[in-house]
Amino acid sequence: MEKRVTFNEKTLPYLLVLPQIVITIVFFFWPSWQAIYQSVLLEDAFGGNTRFVWLDNFAHIFQDPAYYRSVMVTAVFSLLVAGLGLAVSLLLAVMADRIVRGATAYRAFLVWPYAVAPAVAGVLWGFLFNPAVGIVAWTLRTVGYDFNYVLNGGQALALVVFAAVWSQISYNFLFFLAGLQSIPKSLIEAAAIDGAGPGRRFWTIIFPLLSPTGFFLLVVNVIYAFFGTFGVVDGLTKGGPARATEILVFKVYNDGFRGQDLGGSAAQSVILMAIVILLTVVQFRFIERRVHY
Amino acid sequence: MKRMLLSTVAGLATLLSVATAKAQVQVEWWHAMGGNLGEAVNALADQFNKEQSAYKVNAVFKGSYTETLTAAIAAFRAKQNPHIVQVFEVGTATMMAAKGAIYPVHQLMADTKEPFDPKSFIGPVYGYYSTTDGKLLSLPFNSSTPVFYRNKEMMQKAGLDPEKAPATWPEVVEMSKKVVASGAKCGFTSQWQTWALIENFGALHDLPFATKANGFGGIDIELKINSPGHVKHIQALLDMTKDKSFVYGGREGKSTAMFNAGECAFHIASSATASAIDRALGQGKVGISMMPYWTDIKAKPQNSIIGGATLWVLQGKPAAEYVGVAKFFTFLSRPDVQAKWHQETGYVPITTAAADLTEKAGFYQKNPGRDVAVKQLTMNPPTENSKGLRIGNFVQIRDVMDEELEAVWAGQKTPKVALDDAVKRGNDLLKRFEAANR
Repeated sequence: MEKRVTFNEKTLPYLLVLPQIVITIVFFFWPSWQAIYQSVLLEDAFGGNTRFVWLDNFAHIFQDPAYYRSVMVTAVFSLLVAGLGLAVSLLLAVMADRIVRGATAYRAFLVWPYAVAPAVAGVLWGFLFNPAVGIVAWTLRTVGYDFNYVLNGGQALALVVFAAVWSQISYNFLFFLAGLQSIPKSLIEAAAIDGAGPGRRFWTIIFPLLSPTGFFLLVVNVIYAFFGTFGVVDGLTKGGPARATEILVFKVYNDGFRGQDLGGSAAQSVILMAIVILLTVVQFRFIERRVHY
Repeated sequence: MKRMLLSTVAGLATLLSVATAKAQVQVEWWHAMGGNLGEAVNALADQFNKEQSAYKVNAVFKGSYTETLTAAIAAFRAKQNPHIVQVFEVGTATMMAAKGAIYPVHQLMADTKEPFDPKSFIGPVYGYYSTTDGKLLSLPFNSSTPVFYRNKEMMQKAGLDPEKAPATWPEVVEMSKKVVASGAKCGFTSQWQTWALIENFGALHDLPFATKANGFGGIDIELKINSPGHVKHIQALLDMTKDKSFVYGGREGKSTAMFNAGECAFHIASSATASAIDRALGQGKVGISMMPYWTDIKAKPQNSIIGGATLWVLQGKPAAEYVGVAKFFTFLSRPDVQAKWHQETGYVPITTAAADLTEKAGFYQKNPGRDVAVKQLTMNPPTENSKGLRIGNFVQIRDVMDEELEAVWAGQKTPKVALDDAVKRGNDLLKRFEAANR
């Protein structure tokens, strides 16, 4: 027999969710609405001269080759950041899960990078890889590889991906490790007795059972790659050289705050919002089906 | 975090001072000078506050130039703006177009009956920030111009006379090649390539940057930076990259690290970089001279233009408070104040009297080459092409020029194609600016 508690109170539930609703409206819906409103306006920086221009700002964006370039950079960047971030942290989690002695210390070290803010991580790696004074760049040069992310777009993108993945690994690692530890040992032991090797045990038992965690992390990492990496890009390359690392969110900032083109910037952020909503919907519709809860 | 702390402290200080001295009129000044420069700015405000008691200037550091401008714009929209805001030169067109937001300096001085003599200012410094009929819009504060630095030790090693600076580009090419042949990693490098190698190159050779007197005559303009002269100049630099007699060192001031490390023998850099370079390489090891030019484009160089920032006055405060702003501006333009600022920071003095005072104090004798910037700015009366630039969306247009030049240095585009593309992309941005400010 199922036991169910019912409340007859009609207003209390609404009252209880009210704070959350207010926060969502003030910090999410209102700014989003402002962005949509701003995206159909063309105005000077001080707001003294505002005109309604229909969808001109959007038309302008879709005619701009630099925008398509930024879309491509973002696609490559996000794929690499989310893909590498998940793969590396899963590997580390599986390894950490196996360790018996010193496990806590090992885990603590892996979680450490998460305490470093993305912007600080950007500056940090920028310093280490700086072509003039960076110790890593210097080491690479002594072995005959000319590393100069200030000039070389490919190297700049690689460095930004590296720094972004580095800052996100700890977060993913924690979730993967928790996921791994919740998998019953008996299942794995039974498979081992049946003669399944470590690889087979991983792919047929651990990986499917880890899929809810993996799916959650996929969504979080894609959103991180789109928005959370702003600090890394700002600290490292500011979108350069020659826009090689100008991801969409950075272009929004660049055009809006450096360029004072508020309408164009707002239109870009509306498009970006649509892209991320679409991506999240796709993930839930098509990938979640394959998740075993 | 540090910045937040600073602004909190500044905010608290303001509150306290309001509480203690109600009679004093408070004047808010937002600026973008951090580090040593920030201290020099605070010293200016302190001196003004000590000299009189009717007004109190509160200097508040707001971050980078971009951050300061953005903060001022946001504050203006919320009607919480400061009286004075420091804006970099590329923001000039944005500020000018903001009708109703700015209080032109000439009008401020007239309204408050503060004595003001436009003739006391150095021509190109005044001209950059004035209307076509010579009325000053914002008060020049920190101005600099690119000059040519040479590493004397490296020249000696290459068998060159360290006291003889190259005056023309063919001489730079020849000397750079000798320096590279003597084992140096690089001959010549430049800071702020768009400012030095395009904008100032144009002014120095009396070539237009844009139509309508470089934008002084209106906002419906087009870029002119793909002239045969520009193409020749960039082609020559590209040729120099082949044997490393020119090495591109990155945007803004990044290349100075290469000159300071003794990798490059020659450097075009802001005159305001002089003290930092002296500190890195040692006093007396570096020579400063005027920017080189092409004799076949122009027989004698015209004059260079400035970079840096000015102080804009924003609208929306009680008239009585603007008297304090005007008094502060008079203080800032005073020869002794300017001379001190010039000597401490390396920025050029904004008045001829301040330059003379510095000369008389023997500063240029102790620091040879520090007078080159003023001489280069004033060697001829400015023409339409060398008065300055007034370009809308200039921040993005500089980005475009940077990208196109980088494509040249990377060998992806020829100078002609890159400059044509820069003009095309720049004109798009200019059209958009025109539409937003119609």
